[in-house]
Amino acid sequence: MLLTAESMKAPVNKIISFSNVDGPGNRTSIFFQGCPFKCWYCHNPETIHRCNNCGACLETCPASALSMIDGKVVWDKEKCVDCDTCIHTCKFMASPKIEELEVAEVIERIMPNRPFIRGITVSGGECMLHAEFLKELFREVKKMGLTCLIDSNGSIDFSKHEELMELCDGVMLDVKAYDPVFHEALCAHSNHRTLNNLHYLLSINKLLEVRTVILPNYPEENLQTVTHVSEIILDKCDYKLLKYRPFGVREEALDKMGRIIASDEECKRLREIAISKGAIRTIIV
Amino acid sequence: MEEVLKIVQDETLTYHQQLLALAKVAENLDHTIQLSDEVIQAKKDGVICDMGEGNLPYRPRYIIPDYQLFMEKGSKFLELEPPKDLWEACNNLLIMYRHVPSITSFPVYLGNLDTLLEPFVEKMDLVEAKKCLRLFLLNIDRTLTDSFVHADIGPKDTKTGRLILELTEEMQLAIPNLTLKYDPELTSDEFAQLCAVCMMKTAKPSFANHRMFVSEWQEDYAIASCYNGLRIAGGGYTLQRLRLYEMSTKANSIDEFLNKTLPYYCDLMWNLMNDRICFIVEKSSFFKSNFLVTEGFLKQENFTGMFGLVGLAECCNHLLGIQDPKKGFGNNKEADELGVKIIQTIEDFVNSKEAKYCESTNNRYRLHAQVGLDSDGRENSPGCRIPVGCEPEMAKQIAHSTLFHKYFPTGIGDIFKYEETWLKTPMALVDIIKGALAQGMRYYSGYLASNDVVRVTGYLVKKSELAKLDAHKQSLNNVSVFGKGARDYSNALDRRVHESTCQ
Repeated sequence: MLLTAESMKAPVNKIISFSNVDGPGNRTSIFFQGCPFKCWYCHNPETIHRCNNCGACLETCPASALSMIDGKVVWDKEKCVDCDTCIHTCKFMASPKIEELEVAEVIERIMPNRPFIRGITVSGGECMLHAEFLKELFREVKKMGLTCLIDSNGSIDFSKHEELMELCDGVMLDVKAYDPVFHEALCAHSNHRTLNNLHYLLSINKLLEVRTVILPNYPEENLQTVTHVSEIILDKCDYKLLKYRPFGVREEALDKMGRIIASDEECKRLREIAISKGAIRTIIV
Repeated sequence: MEEVLKIVQDETLTYHQQLLALAKVAENLDHTIQLSDEVIQAKKDGVICDMGEGNLPYRPRYIIPDYQLFMEKGSKFLELEPPKDLWEACNNLLIMYRHVPSITSFPVYLGNLDTLLEPFVEKMDLVEAKKCLRLFLLNIDRTLTDSFVHADIGPKDTKTGRLILELTEEMQLAIPNLTLKYDPELTSDEFAQLCAVCMMKTAKPSFANHRMFVSEWQEDYAIASCYNGLRIAGGGYTLQRLRLYEMSTKANSIDEFLNKTLPYYCDLMWNLMNDRICFIVEKSSFFKSNFLVTEGFLKQENFTGMFGLVGLAECCNHLLGIQDPKKGFGNNKEADELGVKIIQTIEDFVNSKEAKYCESTNNRYRLHAQVGLDSDGRENSPGCRIPVGCEPEMAKQIAHSTLFHKYFPTGIGDIFKYEETWLKTPMALVDIIKGALAQGMRYYSGYLASNDVVRVTGYLVKKSELAKLDAHKQSLNNVSVFGKGARDYSNALDRRVHESTCQ
């Protein structure tokens, strides 16, 4: 396959052949490594950082699938039994199981799924860290007659990637909190760009859905976020209220975030508020 | 006659089940069809299995009446006029069903119900139509008490089809088995999605590759019993099967198996089928006097012989010396390639032999991937399926299916079990099914892991009915006992649960 950017590579954490939870229909989901946010409730914190080659995971790997070569942790995919012991060992919110893939290699992985999917979804980590790579990837995927969706936390300015936006069929955007102070505390990052992106994506008609995680311990913050987001998006896209679930959340974050699932009543109440504000396409997930 | 007394005293059998068992004992007293010593030995060794058809076939195994003709002209023998409304149509069909024989003595085919009944439903208030269809389906479930009773719908979206889906969900019945003849060009996405939801909740309908069946049978085909493709106004005379695992133990090498063992047993079984078919056609009364034949609902030339097999997985694994089934057939290229070679060899054999009385299938028998019997245990997986519990992720399982499905016009299929989240995204499932069928999969079944009605191998049972048998109580459904056996001895209900995401 001829590609313009032959040597361009991106770190891929995982490729899921069939997913019915990453946009409409059955899709192949590609998870990129690295994220500017560090959310307390992150369910896959191993996608946040790139490996710092400390080597702690070599000790615990039961399949001897990890080794240190020239100061770098190397993962043997064939030996790996996918037990995730390395991820549980890692104190650095990283994973040794990252593949640096070229666009052509990602396409190769998508190809066998093509008859069964209507598109791909790129996610993370934060996939927009690799916007240039995505542009090349989408260009090739479009040739296969598939749709391309972006799942993002909005930390990268979409308006600077016009070409990518033209290729992209829609964005699913996380708005984790509306209040800037709370967002900074929750995600260790400003939400300034996320909110700008929310408006921008609406203006170019590329916003497919917005998601907000409903937290059991923060009713006021929940209310504020849901209210503002609803007033902005109205009926122009889906609004998914995701119930916070403690499973997979790292231990030190559980005290702040809680060890319970956000209640049905709270979610239903917020959904009603969202609808009353005009976000009539609000659902609880 | 210890066996007779045992049947009469068996408290877990209903009256009707006793009657059928006693009839089988009587049939097996006759030895008009003589078996060669080689066949007797092969049956004793478990290499050839007669599917409990009995010694003296007095009707074809699977009968596919032309119900459309019955709708149009009624029946002289049954003294029924053509129906004028839905009530009469359903009543006529229910009467007819009681007179359609089969290996189980229950009709294995009830018709393409939506196209049969749509002209009447269209003339009726939908609430009344639904009431009528509810009683119709209830009657079927309680009187045709056998999960091999099978109805078809589709490929087009109809009011009747939708009502049947609604009722199937509401009533949660194991009977009848149900197939959607699916063609993305003819079946709307909306109807396909309704079928997908219904399938997840009730394990039916399954999706049949309409284009593939039409290319082999033309339009007038039916899906009957488990998933058997057969011609309307015809059927299957007999189904005998090769038990490939047992067969593989008779060979010392792959070469010997392919060149000596397999041809030897194929020839034995072919001749056994020929003897049985000649008897049914030439000597039994069926094609001479049964009203289904004399009134034109069946034509002898539309019947065929079904050349069946089970246990390809274990056969390949044994021949290749693979001990761990998780590393074998279905997860191993070499084993899969050997599987294709074996099936190709069987197909070549069957195509090389001109078969009597199979005019509509080019005077040849057609291959059938049999779903297994409760007595098979874990040594012979159904047809060409991957052993239960060893299934790879769905994409790979589908790709594996497509290697084999084209060889089996009289039936093959695969089953997928899903976790709950799939119910929220039926279109994702339809995407997968569309892809699977486009890639050459013949028949796709599925159900949610949490259902009461579940698909065992090809047929449906209720887990709650199995619980009755566990408590030594009677089950109205004749097939519950097979489901219990398949569950207990073949782990048939322990297939992989596919999650909402899979790598």
